[in-house]
Amino acid sequence: MSDKVNIARQFMEAIPHSRDLGMVLTEIENGVATITMPYDERLIGDPETGVVHGGAVSALMDSCCGAAVMSHPSNPGATATIDLRIDYMRSATPGQALSTTATCYHITRNVAFVRATAVDEDTDNPVAMATGTFTIEGQRR
Amino acid sequence: MRKPPEPVQVIKQRRDEALSKLVGRVPYIQYLGVTFDRRGDELTAVLPYADKLIGNPLLPAIHGGVTSAFLEITSVISLSWATLWDDLESGELEGDSTAFRMPKTIDFTVDYLRSGLPRDAYARARITRSGRRYASVHVEGWQDNREKLFAQATGHFLMPQPRSDKS
Repeated sequence: MSDKVNIARQFMEAIPHSRDLGMVLTEIENGVATITMPYDERLIGDPETGVVHGGAVSALMDSCCGAAVMSHPSNPGATATIDLRIDYMRSATPGQALSTTATCYHITRNVAFVRATAVDEDTDNPVAMATGTFTIEGQRR
Repeated sequence: MRKPPEPVQVIKQRRDEALSKLVGRVPYIQYLGVTFDRRGDELTAVLPYADKLIGNPLLPAIHGGVTSAFLEITSVISLSWATLWDDLESGELEGDSTAFRMPKTIDFTVDYLRSGLPRDAYARARITRSGRRYASVHVEGWQDNREKLFAQATGHFLMPQPRSDKS
């Protein structure tokens, strides 16, 4: 495991909400990040079907987009979400973990532009897609 | 002859019971700890601060995903509540569990205006359009000062369709 992934993993575990939801950062490099989140009955939004609430999907998407920004080669110091739009294409299958991959596809001195896709075990049919803009605060050396 | 008006306590109890049934069914709402204040038909969602909601421990600030989830919960419950209201008032709700089915989010767009401080947050939703199939909702979130929003959002929702066996 590379140092970068190790550091990112520790960073993830330092975020109380992400840790509470069991998020694990599996990949982070060059503006691309992947985070998985296990299925959890606490996250159910529709009691009739057991489908996870959209809000839990947005927490996952938001974390993943932020991580993608932080891993961009231009080394941003910190980032915060300006705007995030999520399209919910289908219900996540109850009992299955969710995995999100985010790409920071463009970055300026002040703003980062990010896209993300969330899938369950049926990786060919995304559960949700997100588009967001993020602030860039300073620069790491 | 007109029916005499119901005693106020009976009305209040009926409305509060329906609201807590609506909110209490959803595990994720319980997990985040969101509650709803009711004044007549108007709802205000309350997100009491908890350490597990933190997304940036250095600031500290509430997780952006929590903010988004809070606004989405406010939207969905406000929508369900609005569609429930007429049946609730006419007494047609008795035993009708399909009335508590949730709208599905089609898309949800959040503006993060300020970082969420480590204290309670509030939100109110306005239903800009509610049709038979689709609804559009705008929702505002604030903390100490009602005029200073920390986040706002708009979303589109697919309304639950009446079951076919119940035309």
